[in-house]
Parts: sequence; C-alpha cells; structure tokens
Amino acid sequence: MIRSELIQIIADENPHLYQRDVERIVNTIFDEITSAMARGDRVELRGFGAFSVKKRDARIGRNPRTGESVHVEEKHVPFFKTGKLLRDRLNGK
Amino acid sequence: MSHKTLTRMDLSEAVFREVGLSRNESADLVESVLTHMSDALVRGEQVKISSFGTFSVRDKAARVGRNPKTGEEVPIQPRRVLTFRPSHLMKDRIAAGNKS
Repeated sequence: MIRSELIQIIADENPHLYQRDVERIVNTIFDEITSAMARGDRVELRGFGAFSVKKRDARIGRNPRTGESVHVEEKHVPFFKTGKLLRDRLNGK
Repeated sequence: MSHKTLTRMDLSEAVFREVGLSRNESADLVESVLTHMSDALVRGEQVKISSFGTFSVRDKAARVGRNPKTGEEVPIQPRRVLTFRPSHLMKDRIAAGNKS
C-alpha cells in the first residue's frame, strides 16, 4: 500500500469529502507526526505503535575503504515501536 | 529531554484545524487511517508513505532464547515483526530539529 492508495481508500469511504481534502487530511497526519519528532516529542498511538526520537552519541567512525578515523557527531534518529495490539494481530492473535 | 507525548487527540486536532471538519469526524478519519494501515500490514503488505517512511512485515524464525535473569532456555516461536524504515526526509528533519 502506498500513500495514494491509502488516500483513495479513505476517499471512497467518505464520498461527502472532496478528494483534495482527504489528501490534506492524510498528509496532515503524517506531517504532524514528523513535526512532533522534529521538536523531540513522542507520538503514542495506542494499539498501533509509538514514534520517538533516539539519541546517538558522538563516536569515532572509520572509513571502511581507507581505514581512516573520522569524527561522527551526536545525532538524533526516528524510532518506531509496534503497539501490542498490532503485534498480536500480525501473529494471528 | 523533557518533551511532550502526542496522542490520537493531537492528530485529530491538527486535522480539525487544517480541514475544518467536526472534531468527531476528524477523530474518525485519524482512526480510519491507522486501521487501514494496520489491516494492510496484517495482510502482509508493505505500507510505503512517501517522504515519511516504510512499514514492512518480516518473518522471524524460531530460536532458543534465554531468560537473562535465570539463564533458563526458552523456545521462541516463529513470529512476524513490524519494522519501520524512516525516509531520508524524516531523518533529516529529525536530525535538524534536535540539534543541540
């Protein structure tokens, strides 16, 4: 399933809404999740999962080709943990 | 980091502000999006949201686990797990937004 298919399904289920509004709704949801994480916030969607930000400490990396050491700065990365209900559903429970 | 936790309510509030549907209908639409994504994943489909990320289902083989406290061996059944791979756009926005 891709974004446009998801939008189409929601549009088909809601014939009273304009397609372009459904597009805005779906885009708003994903954009809101990304914006929250960009602020360092967590997004917890019970039953589905939780999006959070993890900190990766600065480290000395190595260029695998040349073996040269390079300094890698501290950085923050997005992380998703599957919710219990969805995890159970994936395993037929 | 002392940060907030957003929930479904915050997402429906954002939809409410953006499109001007009722709060109830906004909440229903948020729920509907999550349900359709979950259903696709349960069917074993990949869910690919451009500029957000990709959710995929992976099969894990059975293995022998160990209770780390007692050292006792316990069998772990084969199972399906969900992984999320963030898009480059998301990674860049999160890295930029959390820079100290």
